[in-house]
Amino acid sequence: MATYTLKINGTSRDVEVDPSTPLLWVLRDHIKLVGTKFGCGIAQCGACTVHLDGMAVRSCSLPISSIGDKEVTTIEGLSENGDHPVQLAWLEEDVPQCGYCQAGQIMNASALLAQNPYPSDSEIETAMNGNICRCGTYVRIKKAIKRAAEAGSNA
Amino acid sequence: MTLVKTTFGRRAFIRNTGLASGGLVLGFSWLASCKDEAAMEAALQMPDSWFDINGFLKIGDNGLVTIMSPNPEIGQNVKTAMPMIVADELDVDWAKVLVEQAPLNTDIFTRQLAGGSQSIRQGWQGLRLAGATARQMLKQAAANAWQVPVGEIVTAAGMISHEGSGNSAGYGEMAAAAGALEVPEEVVLKEPGEFSIIGTDRKNVDGKKIVTGQPLFGLDVDRDNMRIAMVVHPPAFGQKFKSANLEEIKAMPGIQDAFHQVVYPEGAELQWSDGGHVPEMLVIVGNSTWEVMQAKRAVQAEWEADGPLESTEYHNTELAKLLEQAPDNPGRRDGNPEAAFARAATIVEKTYSAPYLAHNTMEPMNFFAHVTADKAELLGPIQTPEYLENTLAGILEMPKENIDIMMTRMGGGFGRRLYGSFAVEAAVISKRIQAPVKVVYSREDDMTQGTYRPSYMVRYRAGLDADGKLIAWHMRAAGTNDGGYFANRFPAGAVENYLSEGHTLRTEVTTGAWRAPTSNFMAGVENAFLDEVAEAAGKDPIAFRLELFDRSINDPVGDPEKNDYDPERYAGVLRLVRDKSNWDSSSPNAEKRGVAAYYCHNSYVAQVLDVEMNAGVPRADKIWCAVDCGIVINPLSARNQIEGGIVDGIGHATFSALTFEDGKPQQDNFDTYRLIRHSEAPREIETFFVDNGIDPTGLGEPSLPPVMGALANAMYRKAGKRYYHQPFVGSQEDRRIIG
Repeated sequence: MATYTLKINGTSRDVEVDPSTPLLWVLRDHIKLVGTKFGCGIAQCGACTVHLDGMAVRSCSLPISSIGDKEVTTIEGLSENGDHPVQLAWLEEDVPQCGYCQAGQIMNASALLAQNPYPSDSEIETAMNGNICRCGTYVRIKKAIKRAAEAGSNA
Repeated sequence: MTLVKTTFGRRAFIRNTGLASGGLVLGFSWLASCKDEAAMEAALQMPDSWFDINGFLKIGDNGLVTIMSPNPEIGQNVKTAMPMIVADELDVDWAKVLVEQAPLNTDIFTRQLAGGSQSIRQGWQGLRLAGATARQMLKQAAANAWQVPVGEIVTAAGMISHEGSGNSAGYGEMAAAAGALEVPEEVVLKEPGEFSIIGTDRKNVDGKKIVTGQPLFGLDVDRDNMRIAMVVHPPAFGQKFKSANLEEIKAMPGIQDAFHQVVYPEGAELQWSDGGHVPEMLVIVGNSTWEVMQAKRAVQAEWEADGPLESTEYHNTELAKLLEQAPDNPGRRDGNPEAAFARAATIVEKTYSAPYLAHNTMEPMNFFAHVTADKAELLGPIQTPEYLENTLAGILEMPKENIDIMMTRMGGGFGRRLYGSFAVEAAVISKRIQAPVKVVYSREDDMTQGTYRPSYMVRYRAGLDADGKLIAWHMRAAGTNDGGYFANRFPAGAVENYLSEGHTLRTEVTTGAWRAPTSNFMAGVENAFLDEVAEAAGKDPIAFRLELFDRSINDPVGDPEKNDYDPERYAGVLRLVRDKSNWDSSSPNAEKRGVAAYYCHNSYVAQVLDVEMNAGVPRADKIWCAVDCGIVINPLSARNQIEGGIVDGIGHATFSALTFEDGKPQQDNFDTYRLIRHSEAPREIETFFVDNGIDPTGLGEPSLPPVMGALANAMYRKAGKRYYHQPFVGSQEDRRIIG
């Protein structure tokens, strides 16, 4: 066991866990932020995606000991009122079916748009390929990302 | 206007409780669409009192309405659609409706089950009655208050008015009085043309919570003093427990207990929902998921088998043998198929196969249970809560009244959560450790301990006469734990000499319903075969099918009542998709284009698919999909279901397979089991619904099965090669995409 001080969604949190504990389980079990989802545990499905200093990462495969003082942003902290352009676009396109993978999709999409505000179709596909949606909402996800990109350009 | 008898028993009507219950508000339908949330929230302040009108809904003194969604939500969006139906007959403003997931309550609700695409079809009448009955009682309350005939009262968007007296009131003002009235014996239902909510686009009632990561799912459940448990099942199908290093496991950090546990004792009374259950398990209980996962990895167990363990090679060899044998009893026989094949000018014969598939819901199996000496509380993702209750009553030896089951929103179902042994495991563990517990499956547990889509083989033969007319049809199917065919589906009734028959191969590998059971194989291969037969007959594949439907309509073979389809509606979707896609087999775009049509879950779907091929991997460029599912409750979400089914069907037919060696699944996570990803999904899907006013039928499943055939047929046009065996590309190819 070791104590870590994490910067999560703009606040500082102390946790005492084994150093091998993945960020995902620290978030879910210890900090009780359960919006970040467990899907595969081996960085293959993207359900656990969070931002680490603004970059999309798979929290299921990141030991807590590797985080250091980097800023962690989860779906709960993406926006204060659930009004990030990507979240609004997701609602406007009525993307979710079961909804389980969507937090990860949104976190990955928002990181993409932060780096590349006007991605092409193929850039969207490449960037999003690590996020599986078992319900098959891929067509709407792409529409929502384009909508968010457009909203960003008008903001 | 349709006058119908109400069917509510008196116990369904809990009257006028007049008190707000805690924790009621789970769904906010307006948040997703509202531009000015703060203003709307202010306008929608919670009422001081709620009045239960019937078990489906309650009305607040300020006119807010809470509608219960009775059925489990697995992503098929019944939690929005079912309350829409109630709200329409109640005649209330959708913006003033809150939606709650109902717990299992067999006194009030019937068929609280997510399966067979039946929630809307079977719930339709009851949901309408619930809304219409409440509206009638509100009108009666107003008539009593204003001393006017109830027949002169009208309602609109949550308001009651009487023109003659000039009186008007909101529902909230009449709710208390309405709740005290006798339930009317007859009520008037709206005609389809009078609907104001049904048939309109309404956003997912949980949308805002989903995109902000609120706790909605079983895996998100957290309670004071709750333990985490993981279970270890035999790694191979057909094995039993022998020994394990449980003492070592108990000594690991954060672990409270580790033990062997019988879940289903011999002689336990099983429900069909216990399909795929494992009678025993090893259990590891601890404080946190990661610690329990680590301990589970350290388990060293010995297992033993009574007989030989199965492999994919064994399954395929046995299925192939069965295709060589005539079963004792055919499913259907018309005319004289043998004589017709003997005189046929051309015979087309092809064999098709498909592998086992895992469900792979994104949320792995899990369940919360807290069982005490006299009470059991269960909470989690389950498609069959009523059956679960029956099983638990036997296994816990507890009366059903003492068992409470609540469904969470589910991270996918696809049939996997019809089989709730994971919830039974949670209850048995909680009882033993005398603490609340959440059982969590890892992805590997979830994928290797399934109720899989069976593996199938089928051989088709078609006989054509010299004019290219289809005169004989023979289908012989074989499947693991599933005979794999439907005796009376198309083209039964359209071919003079017809024979359909099937075999079932019993296996240790457990199987069950997987989105559109059996259809998820038959539709694709039947449409691929029809395409090849049409080609042999020198006919356009759509024109060829329409000729067969003409026969089935005008001069059906055999008893048309036996046919499991309506040829007019079937041909209707085919014509619609032909027109919408500008189908023309002589045009250049026909070189990349395939068609398929199928009937299942009471609905008709026809699809035209344009494909491109890159290094042998298909990608759908555009899909036109025509759907006849009767009245569409929520077109926005209905299109989502159709799109999802299409992506799901293409993905599994192209990439996915579960194979076995020595009884063990050879794929256990998404690095080896391939699911379709963004860059492989269709670029565009356009859906067209037939508007016919017929009562609604299935929607969650019917778009999946035929697309496997439309894809195979398009790939043939584009690549010049027929695809007989799924997955077309394969899950073995090493195209791993690291996230």
